[in-house]
Amino acid sequence: MAEVSLQGISKTFGKQVALEGVDMTIPDGAFVVLLGPTGAGKTTTLRMVSGLDKPDAGKILINGQDVARQSPAERNMAMVFQQYSLYPHLTVRQNLEFPLKSPMLRTPADEIKRKVAEVAEVLQISHKLDNKATALSGGEMQRVSIGRALVRNPQIYLMDEPLSSLDAKLRSDLRIELKRIQASLGATMLYVTHDQIEAMTMATHVGVLDHGKLVQFGPPREIYENPVSIYAASRLGSPKINILPADMFPDAPQGATQIGLRPEHIRLGEGQAATVVRVEHLGDQTRLHLTLNGAALITLTDPHSTLTKGDSLNIAPSAPLYFSANGDRI
Amino acid sequence: MAQIIIKNLRKDFGDFTAVKASSFTIEDGEFFMLLGPSGCGKTTTLRMIAGLELPTSGEIYIDGEEVSQKRASQRDIAFVFQMFALYPHLNVRQNISYPLKSQRMPKAQIKAKVGEVAKILGIEDILNKPVGGLSGGDRQRVALGRAIVREPKAFMMDEPLGALDAEFREHMSEELRALHDRMGATTVYVTHDQLEAMQMGDKIVVMNHGSVEQFGVPQQIYDWPATMFVADFIGSPPMNFLHFNAELAKGDSAVSLSGQAFDIPKQLQSAAGDLVFGVRPEHVSLDESSDYKGEVMAVEYLGTTQILTVNTLNGVLKARVAASDAVAVGQAVGLAFNPRTVTIFDKASGVALLSDANKEVLDHG
Repeated sequence: MAEVSLQGISKTFGKQVALEGVDMTIPDGAFVVLLGPTGAGKTTTLRMVSGLDKPDAGKILINGQDVARQSPAERNMAMVFQQYSLYPHLTVRQNLEFPLKSPMLRTPADEIKRKVAEVAEVLQISHKLDNKATALSGGEMQRVSIGRALVRNPQIYLMDEPLSSLDAKLRSDLRIELKRIQASLGATMLYVTHDQIEAMTMATHVGVLDHGKLVQFGPPREIYENPVSIYAASRLGSPKINILPADMFPDAPQGATQIGLRPEHIRLGEGQAATVVRVEHLGDQTRLHLTLNGAALITLTDPHSTLTKGDSLNIAPSAPLYFSANGDRI
Repeated sequence: MAQIIIKNLRKDFGDFTAVKASSFTIEDGEFFMLLGPSGCGKTTTLRMIAGLELPTSGEIYIDGEEVSQKRASQRDIAFVFQMFALYPHLNVRQNISYPLKSQRMPKAQIKAKVGEVAKILGIEDILNKPVGGLSGGDRQRVALGRAIVREPKAFMMDEPLGALDAEFREHMSEELRALHDRMGATTVYVTHDQLEAMQMGDKIVVMNHGSVEQFGVPQQIYDWPATMFVADFIGSPPMNFLHFNAELAKGDSAVSLSGQAFDIPKQLQSAAGDLVFGVRPEHVSLDESSDYKGEVMAVEYLGTTQILTVNTLNGVLKARVAASDAVAVGQAVGLAFNPRTVTIFDKASGVALLSDANKEVLDHG
């Protein structure tokens, strides 16, 4: 496993700036998740590290060594794409064995057998090992393509939304498994997603990308509790952080034009009178949709709350975050 | 607008029974969810209500009138599909006015109606655009507009948001629900997404293998599931099942899990053999003084809360605890359960045993 370091990486496609001066160090054994909406530069970053694309400017170091002249194969990485690509004429077992049978690796037969069995077990596809790869459901094919990466022992795993095509239940099982495998192997992982739950639950570090710029990099807890901007604050948390004019509540610091309140950071029963617009009972929690002086906000309350539409309720901020007019944290 | 009553509805396709003797009532003005995994019979049920499929047996009443063998066109119902089919050669206004034109409504009236619907949906500014260049959301709004404009007795929606990406789906589901609140039209909505069902529905029917597992208000179904299937299908993470073997007598209010006694709601049924102790993740707490220990297998940070995966003597469970609790993988923790929220199931049948706590909900469902 390896440390990967990006230094001043920029890339444009025609007039489109995909990455702009990205500096980021992925420590050895870290699970780094890149988060951002479509077009933020997540996948481009991954492709730079893999060697599938070359940066216009900047350097990529793997274990301190500049890899600009190395081909993707020489960089020894394992990639999993959103669109699984399996060898259709091979069985699941043969697909999983394939990387190990590479002449460069020369893995002994019993070692191959052991690894394939282990990975198949983890990904819950043991019973399908002798099926043709094409005789699988979409979710199963994606698990095989993850498995094909896991049987290897690369410098770094690169994964591009590998779970997004799976159903909710499998996704939540695999989140835990991927994290467990990564931790037990001590593997370095660079993982792209737009699912904030995947980012929060698996990452040791989250990189927040905005229009090709890395705007914040740190543990999920730090980004959740201490975001640098409205943009970063809005990437994590569901329901999203409420952004309101700062003068709606007393005590805004100088220069603050907007206040950010996470739904759980609103005290009920004191402060200003808001009106309940809608109540959503989700089972473990109840979401209240409120309006306060024309602004909409969402807060959480007890699952068995008897509040209904039209009720009035006093609210006050707790642990507010303040932002300037351009969205930077104050 | 209408009340819809379903009585012993059944549908066979050859040897395969898609829907087995389903009964439930959709009240006038309700937003009603048919929820279940693929193949559970929810779409077939919806299609029978709409008249796109004729039932093998059973009755469907719309506003008191038995319609089960009537044609779809005689039922005055509007259907919205997952793949919103618009007329590609017509513009937005023409698409929405189409059903009215075919009813031979006077032009001036059509214009007024389309204007009204466009205002409700917030698409007044695109009325004269071709549908080809519209975004997914606008296409869905136009499809809804075409359904609404007829003022049918009820709306049938078959996973109308299923094709949209997560963020946009959330937005559209709020919009759809707000639209329903303004119009108050009876709506039957099919989904396999439990969160969508909880979020949007006034009532939910949970189906599995062609049968109705439970029918009721979302929060009550969540709190007091009738079966292990419902307990597992609703909630994320789902309800925990701890397996134990015991004899329970009527009136018992405690059970023993691996030698530790836990309080439960007073039981109204006796049971013996393989039983299941069901408890939701948010009703599991860490308690150093508890002698019921487990090993933490995984910790998932979620902002305010975190989900712990804990290995116990009775099986793996998940606990939702405050993110401020310091817990590490590999740590041994003591566990406590909120006794008022526990459901005991019979393992073989998967059915919840009646207790003081769930009696009221299960007697109605």
